[in-house]
Amino acid sequence: MYAYDQYDQAMVDARVEEFRDQARRRLEGKLTEDQFKPLRLMNGLYLQLHAYMLRVAIPYGTLDSRQMHALADIADKYDRGYGHFTTRQNIQYNWIKLEDAADILADLAKVEMHAIQTSGNCIRNISSDHFAGAAADEIVDPRPYAELLRQWSSFHPEFSYLPRKFKIAVIASETDRAAMRLHDIGINIVKNDAGELGAAFYVGGGMGRTPMIAPCINPFVPLDQLVTYAEACLRVYNRYGRRDNKYKARIKILVHELGAEEYTRQVEQEFEHLLDQGVEPPLAELDRIRTFFDDPLFDTRAAYEIDRSDPDFALWVDRNTVPHKADGYVSAVISLKPVGGIPGDATAEQMRLMADLAKDYSFDELRVMHTQNIVLPHVRKADLHALWTALEEAGLGSPNLDTVEDIIACPGLDYCSLANARSIPIAQRISERFAKTGKTGTLGQLKLKISGCINACGHHHAGHIGILGVDRKGVENYQLLLGGSEAEDVSLAKITGPGFDEHGIVDAVETVTTVYENERQDGERFVDTYRRIGMNPFKEALYG
Amino acid sequence: MADTLRYRDDEPVDHPAVTVDSFLDQSNATAVRIEPGDDARALVPHLERLALIEVNFPAFGDGRGYSSARILREAGYEGELRAVGDVLVDQLAYMRRCGFDAFEPDKQFDMDDVAAALERWPGVYQQAADDRTPIWSKRHA
Repeated sequence: MYAYDQYDQAMVDARVEEFRDQARRRLEGKLTEDQFKPLRLMNGLYLQLHAYMLRVAIPYGTLDSRQMHALADIADKYDRGYGHFTTRQNIQYNWIKLEDAADILADLAKVEMHAIQTSGNCIRNISSDHFAGAAADEIVDPRPYAELLRQWSSFHPEFSYLPRKFKIAVIASETDRAAMRLHDIGINIVKNDAGELGAAFYVGGGMGRTPMIAPCINPFVPLDQLVTYAEACLRVYNRYGRRDNKYKARIKILVHELGAEEYTRQVEQEFEHLLDQGVEPPLAELDRIRTFFDDPLFDTRAAYEIDRSDPDFALWVDRNTVPHKADGYVSAVISLKPVGGIPGDATAEQMRLMADLAKDYSFDELRVMHTQNIVLPHVRKADLHALWTALEEAGLGSPNLDTVEDIIACPGLDYCSLANARSIPIAQRISERFAKTGKTGTLGQLKLKISGCINACGHHHAGHIGILGVDRKGVENYQLLLGGSEAEDVSLAKITGPGFDEHGIVDAVETVTTVYENERQDGERFVDTYRRIGMNPFKEALYG
Repeated sequence: MADTLRYRDDEPVDHPAVTVDSFLDQSNATAVRIEPGDDARALVPHLERLALIEVNFPAFGDGRGYSSARILREAGYEGELRAVGDVLVDQLAYMRRCGFDAFEPDKQFDMDDVAAALERWPGVYQQAADDRTPIWSKRHA
C-alpha cells in the first residue's frame, strides 16, 4: 500500500490548516457563502437536506486497518455511529457539523487520509479496480498509475475551477470492474505487441442526465507521457467545455458536440505542445510508487481445499469469493447489503471488525468496491471459515455478491437535497421481496441500481435493471430501465414505459425477473436474455 | 483604478488595456485584456511588444483564465500578467503557479490573508508556470 513520505504528509497537513483558516474567515464574514462553497466542496463538505455531509477520499478504494479504525472513530466521535461507502469507493458521513470539519480533517491527516477534491468542479478522487493486485486476470496492478495521477491532480493550479466535476478511473484488465467507460476519463493500462505497457485513454463517458459511453481517443499512450496526455485532455476541456449551462458542462458534452475525432485532434495538438513543457514526472517516480504495491508474501503452501460441509458457508464461498492470482488464495467480499438494510452503510463496530479481520486474514488491506461493498483482497482459503464465522456474527455475512440483493442505491430523498424520490426504501423492499421468495440465488448475476433523481448517482443507466425515481405531481414515481451494464460489456439501459408507484416498482422488478426465468437459455444472465429477446416481452408482461 | 498587487519590479503600464480584437487590429497597443472566451494563443505572435496582459475573471468560478495564463507563459511571455475582476485570496496561490504576477481584485485583499495564502504550501505536485520544483523532482534529485 502507498505510504506518505514527508512531502505528502506536509501537503495534507497544510490543507487542514488552509481549511481551518477558510472556515474561520467564513465565520468572521470575510467570505460569503458563495465564495466559501467551492472551498468547502473541495474539502468534501456538502450541505444536504438535514446537515452537512463530509466525503472522505479513499484513493482507488484501498485502505489499511489503521485507516478503517480511524473512519470508525470519526463515525462515533462526529457522526451518528455509522458511515456510508459510496459508488466512487469513498466514504461519507451524513450528520456533520461545520465547526467540527477541520478537526475531522486533522484526524484523517494523522492516518494519511484526507477529503481533498472529493467534491467541487475539480479532478476528483481517482477510482480503480477493487481487485487490483489480486485479480487473476490483470495485466499489472493499476493502482500505481492511479496514485501517480492522484498526486498530479491534487491542488492542480490550472484545473481546480473546471466547468464541472471530473472523474478518472484506472484499470488494467479486460474485465472492467470500475465502470471505466462511464468516467470523464477512463484509463486502461494495456500491453502492446512489443510487450510494453501503455495507457488507453477513453474520454467523455458519464451517467447523469445525459449518459454517454466514452470513446477511445488514444489506444496507447506510453507510460512516460501519461501525465502529459492527461494534462492535454484537461486543458482542452478547461478551455472549451461549456460553462453557460451546468447541465451541459461535463466533458462528455464537449466530446459529443465536437465529435470524438475533433476533440482528439485538439488534445493531440495540445499534447505535442505540452511534451516540451516538462510536466511529466520521471519514470523513476512511477517506479518508486510501484514498490509500495509489491505483492505481499503469499503463503505458497496454503491449502487449496475448502471444507464445504456447512451449506451456509459453502453458499457464501460460492457467491462472495472470487479467484485470486496466487494459489490457495481468494478475494473475499464483505456484503454491505443485508436484506432490508441500507446499501453501503456500515456501523463503527462493523468497520472496526472489518479492520481487524483485514489485519488477521488479508495482509492488513481492505478495498471499497464501487458497488458499495468491502473486499478483503488476499485471503487464504484455509482462513475462509474463520473469516465467515466472524462476519456472520456481525451481520456481515450476506451471501449476495452480484445478485439482485446487491443493490446500488444513491442516498435519495432521505438525505439528498437534489433528489426527487427516495431510493433506500425501494432497495430495502426489493431485497426483502427476493429474499422472501428465495429467488435471489436462481436469478444469478443481476445488477440492480437505483437513483433518486436524474443525476444518476445510483448508476441506474448501467443496471441490468435500473430504477429512476422522479417526482410526478408531488408523488414519488419510479421508472424501470433494462439492459444497462457498467462492465466491459458496457451499455446504457432503456426505459420500459410508464413508471410505477413505490409498491408497483417492486412488483415490476419481480415481473421482469419472471420473464427472464421463462425465457432464459443455458448460462444466460438476465442482461444476456434481455439483449437476445429485446424489450417487447418485458413490456408485454409489465403493461399487458 | 483599484490598487494593484504586483510581484514585479518594473514600472506598470500607464495606459488602459484594449480588447483582444482591437489589439489584433492595431499595432501600437502594449496592453491587452483577455476575456474568458478569448483564445490566448491569438496573442502569441505579438508577445514581444506586449508589456501587460490582463486576464479578466468576471466570476471566480470560471477557470479558463488559468489556462490562458499558463499558455502565455509557456509561449515565453515575460511581461506583466495581471488577474483582474472577481479575484479572491483563496485562488491566489494557484494563480501565482499559473504565471500571474499581478492582481487587481474587485475587492481589496487583506494583506495578512495574502501572506498566509502564498506561504501556505510546502510543496507542489506539478510543474507549472512558476519556478517551484515539483515534489517528484525533489524525490529524485
